[in-house]
Amino acid sequence: MSFISYLINGISLGSVYAIIALGYTMVYGIAKMLNFAHGDVIMFGSYAVFTIVSTLSLPTWLGMLVSIILCTVLGITIEAVAYRPLRQASSSLAVLITAIGVSYLLQNVALLIFGANTKSFSSVVSMAPLKLADGGLTITGETIVTISCCIVIMIVLTLFVNKTKAGQAMLAVSEDKGAAQLMGINVNGTISLTFAIGSALAAVAGMLLCSAYPALTPYTGSMPGIKAFVAAVFGGIGSIPGAFIGGIILGIIEIFSKAYISSQLSDAIVFLVLIIVLLVKPTGILGKKIQEKV
Amino acid sequence: MKKFTKLTALALSLAMVVASFTGCGAAAGANTFKIGGIGPTTGGAAIYGTAVKNGADLAIKEINAAGGINGVQIEYNFQDDELDNEKSVNAYNALKDWGMNILVGPTTSGCCVAVAAESVNDNMFQITPSGSSVDCIANDNVFQVCFTDPNQGIGAAAYIGQNNVASKVAVIYDSSDVYSSGIYTKFAQEAANQPFDIVSAEAFTADSKTDFSVQLQKAADNGAELVFLPIYYTEASLILTQAASAGYNFKFFGCDGLDGILGVENFDTSLAEGVMLLTPFAADAKDEKTQKFVADYQAAYGDTPNQFAADAYDAVYIIKAAIEKSGAKPSMSVSELGDALKGAMTQLSVDGLTGAAMTWTADGAVNKAPKAMEIKDGNYALIQD
Amino acid sequence: MKTFVSKNKDNLITYGIVVVAYAVMEILIKAGLISSLMQGLLVPLCAYVILAVSLNLTVGILGELSLGHAGFMCVGAFTSAFFSKITMNVITVTWIRFTLAIVIGFIAAGLIGFLIGMPVLRLKGDYLAIVTLAFGEIIKNVINVLYIGKDSKGLHFSMKDAVALNLEPEGDVIINGAQGITGTPKNSTFTIGVILILITLFIVLNLIKSRDGRAIMSIRDNVIAAESVGINITKYKLLAFALSAALAGVAGVLYSHNLSSLMATPKNFGYNMSIMILVFVVLGGIGNIRGSIISAVILTLLPELLRGLSNYRMLIYAIVLIAMMLFNWAPKAQAFRDRLLDKLMFWKKKKVTVTEKEGGASDER
Repeated sequence: MSFISYLINGISLGSVYAIIALGYTMVYGIAKMLNFAHGDVIMFGSYAVFTIVSTLSLPTWLGMLVSIILCTVLGITIEAVAYRPLRQASSSLAVLITAIGVSYLLQNVALLIFGANTKSFSSVVSMAPLKLADGGLTITGETIVTISCCIVIMIVLTLFVNKTKAGQAMLAVSEDKGAAQLMGINVNGTISLTFAIGSALAAVAGMLLCSAYPALTPYTGSMPGIKAFVAAVFGGIGSIPGAFIGGIILGIIEIFSKAYISSQLSDAIVFLVLIIVLLVKPTGILGKKIQEKV
Repeated sequence: MKKFTKLTALALSLAMVVASFTGCGAAAGANTFKIGGIGPTTGGAAIYGTAVKNGADLAIKEINAAGGINGVQIEYNFQDDELDNEKSVNAYNALKDWGMNILVGPTTSGCCVAVAAESVNDNMFQITPSGSSVDCIANDNVFQVCFTDPNQGIGAAAYIGQNNVASKVAVIYDSSDVYSSGIYTKFAQEAANQPFDIVSAEAFTADSKTDFSVQLQKAADNGAELVFLPIYYTEASLILTQAASAGYNFKFFGCDGLDGILGVENFDTSLAEGVMLLTPFAADAKDEKTQKFVADYQAAYGDTPNQFAADAYDAVYIIKAAIEKSGAKPSMSVSELGDALKGAMTQLSVDGLTGAAMTWTADGAVNKAPKAMEIKDGNYALIQD
Repeated sequence: MKTFVSKNKDNLITYGIVVVAYAVMEILIKAGLISSLMQGLLVPLCAYVILAVSLNLTVGILGELSLGHAGFMCVGAFTSAFFSKITMNVITVTWIRFTLAIVIGFIAAGLIGFLIGMPVLRLKGDYLAIVTLAFGEIIKNVINVLYIGKDSKGLHFSMKDAVALNLEPEGDVIINGAQGITGTPKNSTFTIGVILILITLFIVLNLIKSRDGRAIMSIRDNVIAAESVGINITKYKLLAFALSAALAGVAGVLYSHNLSSLMATPKNFGYNMSIMILVFVVLGGIGNIRGSIISAVILTLLPELLRGLSNYRMLIYAIVLIAMMLFNWAPKAQAFRDRLLDKLMFWKKKKVTVTEKEGGASDER
């Protein structure tokens, strides 16, 4: 019984990692950069919902809408101002460092606007928890909504990338920017679109993260962001289903290591499993193996 | 390409070297008391540093408006340490350059130990509002406003035992935090002498403090009636939410770190109903002093003060009392002032927000009575024995 | 291609900068012209310079991305502080004890680097980065639950809590879990720091020049080509990685013997710090040792010098960091700078020839 209960808890934690990881992997797959500021975009999205719903007492749907629009605009702006000038830089590390700078910037802007105090986020999910086995097992509404969202987003994204023109352009850009440009693809526009989608996903992830774990501070996004990044690598970074699977597995490992091994050492155990997986499958669970040409 | 980099680097470093000289030699001949404060105002612990910053600021403004200490005004400067021991020492040095002669802080234990090792060389009078580990007051120039961690752990265990609050107790603590693990260790030791059992003790860390389902379920599986939470209120608010949504019916018991939970913006206070805490301060206490403090604080900073703010507020008034007792003057050197105030501290008895008739021993620890509170109808209510 | 002589000269300039900076600082300290803040920052600066130079060995020379450098620093810091604490009453001559502590920090971090490097250096790019990040976090997490105490019966270990050590009443808890090590003797000085920087530079710069260094750089430039000419990839990768870890351990020794309270927090030994060190390396120029030194100094000083801005301090810091990155790395900004520089040069024709030579030498690695 307790095993099943731990499993459910693991899946619900994992679903939150998964939905953040989807945004990470989306951006990585196309722009080939680790967007360290992703977690902080999530935080901004959550503050937008909080401000509109809890401070201004406006309806929840409006908060969600504003949050998605705000994050999309934020994502496009960040890309245009901080990342685009460095796309042709001689090292790919330059843009990674700038992303870290953007992450600091967003955290400190939030600190100045919203203050350091914890805000309690009101859940955007109104679904009642599901009780199984005479109340012995509880699946919260947030978990059900998060997992459904993950699956829907995963399917929509996969269809979008494979079936639409814009999606094909993304694939082309991710393969070879120069060649894509020669084929008449607007590389800047495509990458902007990728960031727009990734940031809109961040807004959704933020709402669901804070609905499940309602303590909101300017640093709310950073640790789940890193965990989701780990999850994305776990599943094979760049792979959309990989992000989902990686997130769920990471959640389950985290809960099981706390439950059955040691709650003090759970971080170490999670990372140890990650290392072992990567040593066995060096590009993650669903990652593509890149053949190196001589 | 690198030529330009070099030039800019050179220009920048020159600017910095020049900048590092500014701010020297301002201290001499001062006719105000310069009180410095240190704590994290950025980073994950910013809540606590900001509270200390504002609490002390409020007290200083009040004192200045009322004519200062013995007619001498106070200047105030608060520096960020980002919850990092090294940065805390940097903040201390920056404050020294500013001309600080009395220190309120640092806010957290680890930083406090690191700074105390420096301040002892200057014999700077240091009073930490909330650095609660015993190592903080190892030097004779450092005094505490809050209880020490062992004191709280033993106090909590004794209270639960003597009042038969529960017979099976679970603990959820932060193993990566000095405050939390310090209280837990002493609580576990003292529990052996008390008529209750610790049925589960589960930890979390700074890197995984969102999900508490496992810790709560272990408590439930082991039949715990009460969960002891020697942690801060941000995590506690998550634990209460998750316990409620999973349908657990524990009693919760916390220490001073839990105080402030009702001030979390938009928090559903019905979740905290029945939570007991052993704390020297409660923002909803009915005495006039506390109410005035809370109202003034809210007016000035827009937030409900927590116990950190109250400790810092008291720290400033304690300094005022010590200066008045010793007749210290701002013209004294840092070390003379330190000696004067150290001597005065052991003779003081201060009525503050966080305790009535607080007294100090020469080792720097405070004597005051913690109050057992219970949250009732969204307010803190004193439990009468 | 540059000549052997110009490279030697370039290295001499790097040593020279360190020595001159040291001399200037010492004179200023003696003259009492320097603020307490600056004086307190000298030892941390040395530690960060060593960290930046040592990470540059992995990132710039070996060409692998590591996000776990702070973990090695952590190993060096804790092993050496532990050593100093238990031998405080046995070895009373400070310089002998501290020298031993440095050696221990070097060896311990190097050993851990070697052990970690063996399995993980097969991974590439971002996957290696994430695995090193994972190891850094594991090291930090384990130290946070490590309890070691000492009494007359010897050392006691526990991974649970301080009570489980079963110490005798007069026993002493040395590593106290999250509270870490308290009361490490303050042995680090600016002079020792600078000596350690010079030794680090000597090791790294000579490695780059040597046969081994060329082998390492050939791996960076093209693994397959390097392998085909018979270079032992694993051996050289491990050599560079373990040496880089060991030097980070030395920085950890400096760090831990400068503070009386050593704790493994996300702030000082977590991935945040690893990333910060990477920022030093990238901003200073990947593979450019002198650049690492300068950017480590600038970026460590910057937040301290911005203290006057109080609440806006970290905000401004973030903006400056982004601006510096864009300015230093964006191809357009580089072109703009070159144009600007050409105009400047027009006025100082004589100087052009001199700078050109130096610039040319350090431009390539």
